[in-house]
Amino acid sequence: MTDPLSRVFAALADPTRRDMVARLTEADHTVNDLAAPYDVSLQAVSKHLKVLEEAGLVTRTRDAQRRPVHLEAEVFDLMTKWIERYRRRAEERFTRLDAALARMQDEDPTNTAIPTKQEGTAS
Amino acid sequence: MTTMQTPETRYTEAAIEADAKVPAIHIWRDFRATPAQLFRAHTDPEIFSSWVGPTGIGADITHWEARDGGSWSYTARGSDGREDFETSFHGCFHTVREDRIVQTFTWDGMPDGVALETLTFEDLGDGRTRLHAVSLCDSFEDRDAWLRSGMEVGVNDGYAAIDRMLAEGSL
Repeated sequence: MTDPLSRVFAALADPTRRDMVARLTEADHTVNDLAAPYDVSLQAVSKHLKVLEEAGLVTRTRDAQRRPVHLEAEVFDLMTKWIERYRRRAEERFTRLDAALARMQDEDPTNTAIPTKQEGTAS
Repeated sequence: MTTMQTPETRYTEAAIEADAKVPAIHIWRDFRATPAQLFRAHTDPEIFSSWVGPTGIGADITHWEARDGGSWSYTARGSDGREDFETSFHGCFHTVREDRIVQTFTWDGMPDGVALETLTFEDLGDGRTRLHAVSLCDSFEDRDAWLRSGMEVGVNDGYAAIDRMLAEGSL
């Protein structure tokens, strides 16, 4: 799994990491802050952070002493964009399928399983 | 990217989820139709070709045998607003049942890649039927290439039309 999107999905496959990312969407946090709500060791949290860092989802400021963890929003945006584009293509196909189904119903007036009240453009 | 599902969820528009654990893409969509009608729209070649291909052009079914162990192939033609394209797909029907179709799916441009598609038609009991499509790909790389393909292959009529209108200054 070398390509960036796969790394992002793999990184987000873990519920703790998903939760950490959700909290980072609101503000940067230090590792101690991030670890506080979880019943796991600081090392375990650092390990999760490393996975998120390798996926490009978070960065840590080198110079600041607190080294807060920062969410890289662009990586998220890219993924969302790909998925949304794919979804819209599927939806275009399904809109055509809606029309095909409406035509089938017109051709088969004996079909009583469908309410006669049609929505919008379906009739 | 996470789709929250409750019993009341209605998919009036397509919902999509890229599975984080296995290289699969899930799509859900509700249709105002019976499961039998949705099944027919996926197995009758004439009806299938009327909606699967690009708007106004459709697809040419080159082979169609919608039964367990049968196979299918079709070619879609269209234009991305700049140039015409032709793309073809083929696969085998594994299970063809009123509530479920299982088939393989290969894009002929990448003949060694094969996805396993499972379509289920769930009667929602109010004149609507839910389609749930799962495409299980060979690898995360292949799955993500599918997700990205919308960026590269201009089969999106809507975007192409907007691009054209923008270029002509009519937007």
